[in-house]
Amino acid sequence: MIEQNNFILSMENIIKIFPGVTALDDVTFRAEFGEIHALVGENGAGKSTLMKVLAGINSPDSGSINLDSEIVEIGSPGKAQSLGISMIHQELALIPYLTVGQNIYLGREPHRKIKTFIDWKKLYKQAKVQLSRLDMDIDPKTLVVNIPIAQQQMVEVAKALSINAKIIVMDEPTSALTDKETKILFRVMRHLKDQGITILYISHRLEEIFEIADRVTVLRDGFHISTSIISDISSDDIVKMMVGRELGDLYPKKNVPQNECVLEVKGLSSGKLLNNISFHLNKGEVLGISGLIGAGRTELARALFGIDTFDHGEIFINGDSVRIRSPREAISMGLGFLTEDRKEQGLFLGMSVRENITISVLKEFSSFGFPFFSKLKTLTEKFIKQMNIRTPNIHQKVKNLSGGNQQKVLIARWLNLNPRVLILDEPTRGIDVGAKAEIYTLIDRLAGDGVGIIMISSELPEIIGISDRVIVIREGSITGEFSREELSQDKIMQCAATGGIDES
Amino acid sequence: MKKSEKINGYGERFGLIIAFFIMIITISFLSDRFLTLPNILNILRQSSINGIIAVGMTMVILTAGIDLSVGSILGLTAVITADLLHSGIPVFLAILLGLLLGFCIGFVNGLLITKFKIPPFIATLGMMTLARGLAFTYTQGKPITGLNESFRVIGTGMIGSIPLPVIIAALVFFLGYLFLKRSRHGENIYALGNNETAAEFSGIPVKRYISLVYALSGFLSALAGMILIGRLDSAQPIIGQGYEFDAIAAVVVGGTSFTGGHGSVWGTLIGVLIIAVINNGLNLLDVSSFYEQVVKGVVIAIALLLHRLAQKKN
Repeated sequence: MIEQNNFILSMENIIKIFPGVTALDDVTFRAEFGEIHALVGENGAGKSTLMKVLAGINSPDSGSINLDSEIVEIGSPGKAQSLGISMIHQELALIPYLTVGQNIYLGREPHRKIKTFIDWKKLYKQAKVQLSRLDMDIDPKTLVVNIPIAQQQMVEVAKALSINAKIIVMDEPTSALTDKETKILFRVMRHLKDQGITILYISHRLEEIFEIADRVTVLRDGFHISTSIISDISSDDIVKMMVGRELGDLYPKKNVPQNECVLEVKGLSSGKLLNNISFHLNKGEVLGISGLIGAGRTELARALFGIDTFDHGEIFINGDSVRIRSPREAISMGLGFLTEDRKEQGLFLGMSVRENITISVLKEFSSFGFPFFSKLKTLTEKFIKQMNIRTPNIHQKVKNLSGGNQQKVLIARWLNLNPRVLILDEPTRGIDVGAKAEIYTLIDRLAGDGVGIIMISSELPEIIGISDRVIVIREGSITGEFSREELSQDKIMQCAATGGIDES
Repeated sequence: MKKSEKINGYGERFGLIIAFFIMIITISFLSDRFLTLPNILNILRQSSINGIIAVGMTMVILTAGIDLSVGSILGLTAVITADLLHSGIPVFLAILLGLLLGFCIGFVNGLLITKFKIPPFIATLGMMTLARGLAFTYTQGKPITGLNESFRVIGTGMIGSIPLPVIIAALVFFLGYLFLKRSRHGENIYALGNNETAAEFSGIPVKRYISLVYALSGFLSALAGMILIGRLDSAQPIIGQGYEFDAIAAVVVGGTSFTGGHGSVWGTLIGVLIIAVINNGLNLLDVSSFYEQVVKGVVIAIALLLHRLAQKKN
C-alpha cells in the first residue's frame, strides 16, 4: 500500500463528463510534497480538465480530492485559492493596465483601518518582498502591459506565493518563453520546490520534462496511463504511452495524388509566428500539418486565407503568383478554410441549416438580389443526403445539431464553392468517432475529385491515417517532412516536441 | 422538437401582440374617443415618422450596432431641404438632395465604424452632436418657415381617407421586409449580425454591409424629416431631438436583439404601434406629460424582461 501521508494531494477516481465526451474516466492522480510533477498527454487527453477540477473551475461528476490527507470540496476558484492551490494558465490572467503590485494583490489588497481604503504603501512593500523571493528586480508600480511575457509569468508566480500556495499548477508555462527565460523559470521552480511547494507542470516539451520534473504522469483519452519516476523512463516510452492507439480501418485511404501542383508557398514569414515556411500541394493530395498547439499551424492557414498579413513570402496558385488580402479574395481564387473553432468562427448558430450551407453561394443563386429559395432548398437537401447530415429539416437552427453534423454543415458550405484548395483546421475536434469516420471518407473523396487538401490536426493517428505527406511545424518553422511511407507517430512527435529527429 | 420550437418562435411575437391588444382594450374602456376612425388614423400618422426611422434602426441593430444620430440627421437634412426649397430649385430635386445628404451622413457613420474601428455607440454619438451643431450653425438657430405647398403634400396629403405619411411608412416597412427577409443582402446582414467573423471568413463583404445599413438609416431619417417639416410647415434646427430614443425603444420592444442577428421589421412595427398607442392613450386620458415618460420607460422595461424570459426558455 502507498503511504497516504506522503501525498499533499490525491485526486481519487475522478470522472468528468462533458456533452459527448468523457474527459476524465476514473483518473487517480497523486502528488507528493515538494515535487515537480509533470503531466503529459495529447491534446484532449484530459490534462487541462484534471487541473481545472483541481483549481475549482470544473467540478467533477464523481470522485474525491484529498488535500493534506483531508477530503476537500473545492467547488470554486476562490475556494481553491484559500486551500492553497494556485493555477497559472497558459494565457496569463493578469490585468494589463494595472500595476504589478495591484495584480499580485488583486481582490486581497491590504487595507487601512477603514476597509474601503487600500494601504498602497503596504501593498507595494509586500509586493516587492514577494518579487524578491523570486529574484525579480522590477518596480511593483510598473504596469503589467509594459513588462515582457516572461516577467508577467513571474508576477503570476509571485501572486501564487502571496496566497501561500502549497500547490502551483503551471499550464504550458514555457510556450511563450525563450530558452533563456525558460532557464530562469526553471531556477525559480527548483527554488520553490526546495521551499516545499508542489508544482504540477503541464507541458508538451519532453526535453523540458526530463530537465525539470521528478515524476511524470501520462494521460490518454481521459484515462490515467502511468505515473513514473522520471529516471525510470525514456522519452520514447512517454511518446508511446501518449499516442498508444492502433489505427483501425477508420481511415479509408484509396486516393492517389496527381502530379500537378495546385498551391505553392515560398518563404512565408510573419514576425515571430512564421519563419520561412515553404511547401507545395498537389492536386488530389492530402497534406497533413502537424505540430503542437501554438506552433504556428493556424497562423499559417490564416495567412494563406488572407485573414492575417505576412511580412515576406510568395503564394502561387496553379503556378501563378497571387496576392491574397482578404478571405473574399482567397475564396475567389478557389481557397476554402474550415476554421478550428466552428462556433466562434464558422457557424451562424441562430440561423438554419439551409442558411448556413448556402451563405457562400447566395449570389450565384439570385437574380436582382433575390435568391431562388426553391433552388437553395434543393441544393441543401442534396448536401443533407450526400453528407448524411442528421437534421429534422432544412429549417432547423444549427445550434441544435450535434458537433459532427455542425461540422458537416460547414464543410458543405465550402463544397458549394468547388474549391481548388481546402484548408481544414482540426476538422474532427470534439466530434464523435462515427462522424469522424464520415469526415475522413469525405476528405478522401474530395481528394479523389482533385481538390488539394491541407489538414491541420493535433491528432497523430488521424494525420498519419489520411495524409499523403506530412509537414511538422515547431515554433513557426518547418522541422520535418515525411512521405506517407516514412510516417510514424514517434517521428512526428519528436519533430514537434524537440525540433528534429535524434539520429542516434 | 421542431413543433415546440416553432411555437416558441411565434410565442415571442405572440406575447407582444397579445400585450398590444390588452393595451388597446384597456384604453378603449377608459376613453370612448380611442377606437374611433379619426383617432386610429391619427395614431397611425403619428407613428409613421418613428416607424420609418425604426426600420433603419432595425437594420442597424441587426448588425449588433446602434445609431444614435438619427434625430440629428433628421434635423440637419430637414433644415437644408427647407432651405433648398426656399432657393427655388424644383421640389423633387430638393427632396432628392435631402435624401442623398441623409444617406451620405449615414455612410460616414458606417465608415467611422468599419474603417476607423470606432464603436457604433461612440461614432454615432459623435455624429449626433456634429449634425445637430451643423443644423444650428446653418440656420443660425432660426426656423425656416413657409414651405412650398407641393412639397408639403408629403406630410399633409391624403390618398382617399388615408394620410400619405402612413402610406409611405407602410411602403418603407414592406420594402424593409423584402430587403431583410427576401433578398440575399438581408440574409447576409442577418449572418453578419449572428457571427461577424464567420461572415467575413465566408466571403461576405462585412464592411460594405455595415456601411450600407448606417447609410440606409440616415436615408430613412431624412425621409422622416421631410414628412415632419411638411406637416409642420416649418424646419427648426432642434427638430427630431430625442427621436433616437423612440426608434430604439420600438426596435427593442419589437424583440430585435441588441446582440445582432435576430429580429424583424414586423416586430418593430408592433413596437412602433405600442409606443404610439401609449402616447395617444395617455393624451386622451389627460395624463401629464411627465408621467408619460415614466409609463413609456416602464413598458419598455417590461418588454425587455419578457424578451429575456422568452430567450431563457429557448
